[in-house]
Amino acid sequence: MTRYIVRRLLSLPLLLLGIVSIAFLISHFTQGDPLSSIVSERQMDDEQAVAAAKARWGLDKSLPEQYLVYVGNLLTGDLGTSFRTKQPVSQDLLERLPATLELVIAAMLFGSTTGIALGVVAARFRDRTIDHAARLWALTGSSAPVFWSGLILLYIFSVVLGWLPGPGRLDARMSPPDGVTGFLTIDALLAGDMALFWDAVHHLILPALVLGWTVMGIVSRLVRASMLDVLNQDYIVAARARGAGELRVLLNHALRNALVPTLTIIGFTFAYLITGAVLTEAIFSWTGIGSYAVDAARSLDYPAIMGVTIVGGAAFLLTNLITDIAYAFADPRIRLS
Amino acid sequence: MSDVPALPRIRVRQWPAWLKLPVLVGIAIIAFWIVACLTIDLWPIYDPIDMVGRRLQPPSADHWFGTDALGRDVLSRTLHGARFSLMMSCAVIVCAVLIGSAIGAVAGYVGGIVDGALMRLVDITLSFPPILLAMAVTAAMGPGLENAALAMVIVWWPVYARLMRGQVLSIRSREHVEAATAAGAGHARTLVKHILPLSWSPILINATMDFGQVVLLTASLSFIGLGASPPTPEWGSMISEGAIHFYQWWICSGPGIAILSVVLGFNFLGDGLRDLLDPRSK
Repeated sequence: MTRYIVRRLLSLPLLLLGIVSIAFLISHFTQGDPLSSIVSERQMDDEQAVAAAKARWGLDKSLPEQYLVYVGNLLTGDLGTSFRTKQPVSQDLLERLPATLELVIAAMLFGSTTGIALGVVAARFRDRTIDHAARLWALTGSSAPVFWSGLILLYIFSVVLGWLPGPGRLDARMSPPDGVTGFLTIDALLAGDMALFWDAVHHLILPALVLGWTVMGIVSRLVRASMLDVLNQDYIVAARARGAGELRVLLNHALRNALVPTLTIIGFTFAYLITGAVLTEAIFSWTGIGSYAVDAARSLDYPAIMGVTIVGGAAFLLTNLITDIAYAFADPRIRLS
Repeated sequence: MSDVPALPRIRVRQWPAWLKLPVLVGIAIIAFWIVACLTIDLWPIYDPIDMVGRRLQPPSADHWFGTDALGRDVLSRTLHGARFSLMMSCAVIVCAVLIGSAIGAVAGYVGGIVDGALMRLVDITLSFPPILLAMAVTAAMGPGLENAALAMVIVWWPVYARLMRGQVLSIRSREHVEAATAAGAGHARTLVKHILPLSWSPILINATMDFGQVVLLTASLSFIGLGASPPTPEWGSMISEGAIHFYQWWICSGPGIAILSVVLGFNFLGDGLRDLLDPRSK
């Protein structure tokens, strides 16, 4: 086990370096001139700003030296300065991280619980109408573009029915609670402001639903398959023979074992969640990293785009690593191969 | 032998097991869009770029999917959009499969340092969330459909490289390959004649499944504003126009339903192909 973890940990810095190298390559070819990936068009005439940027990123040096400067800057957390917000990109990202985490966690909770329930029901009623309906529902979730399903749900629940608020994280008339965690829901609870808490929760529902729907499809598919595997095994027959109730057999005996393989897809769904979060945040004016990336791409704010890409890649690597290690704990066969 | 009476040939016509209802639905959807792509100019529908009605009209007998902010027919734009979305996705998948499989096949066959280096490149590329890498590459090269397509090939080739390498590795050690080598077949011949013909089925299944994802990513990039630019009737950019006129839900719904149908269709077909070509997976 330790050897497995050490081996995986050792490959991490190499992969990170790879990510940074690709980022360097991309920014080097930006618009045919690396300078345009650091200095905005408006500032290009400003000789002082150009000289300062050149010195900071070592653009007057040779290519290998430029690469070293680039890696060095990233290592110290310097992702450049956003053209749009005029702030360091790393600061922008830190400010916006809690919003994205809040959304992704809510979506993950919603998507995995409903996905597991759907998978169990589908496996129990295998090949019946309810199984087919569950599969179609789940498949629709992972096939519909979130930037469309988000718009339609927003229209139905916010405009037609008026049950839920429109885009944003809070009602415009409310002021956000003191930032302790940056999660509006938790901060509102900490501040003891229930009205604020409910408003934040109401704003969270639709985007979490839209984003969670994409995860639900993947989770329910996998839970169904592994439930079917487990339900055929002798110990389930034995449990039934001993007179255990159907619900007890399904949840206590079968699901517990069927959930192990589901662990693996947490890392896998993270890729979906990031893709989904970028677009969901754009639709719901959610001030997280996703909408930051979209705004950056729309205004060709290169330092911000590259910053999000590097940080997103690193986060993706880490979640994959954590998932693999968790899975190796749960299933010894993995670490032996 | 000629005096042996010919046995009456009994043909049992049986419905193929893999051709289930969802698969048929998938095939029907894909066939519809392919026909639409090829013959759209002949259809009796409005022009996709001209102003053909009043602005922002809800669906009616004249305009089944309503009209958009410039008085253009949403149905016609959606159908014409298939050309951009599907042909581009098709080009992306074909390029990614060809480049990826070629690299994967060479890596798997040659092994050693070449394999190590190529597979690290694959690992690194795959460690980016696809949409972020595609956004960064497209933005760096300059927004536009061609650059978006190129970016998506960069995102997708590693998937096929990894897949093909695995195939080649498992087939390379089989006896018929050893026999071919023993009979004096060169490396190129062994790879092309004896290994590749056996390794295409998972690639085909994956490519079919991925097609929907490529359509989604194409539309996403256009939605963000990095792909097609107006007035091109591309699904993603149409939805982004629809997002501005949010109360006119029909503007984004035509292209939204189109994307959903294509992605579902390819998922259904991919499931069917897997049942047909890879029975072990059941």
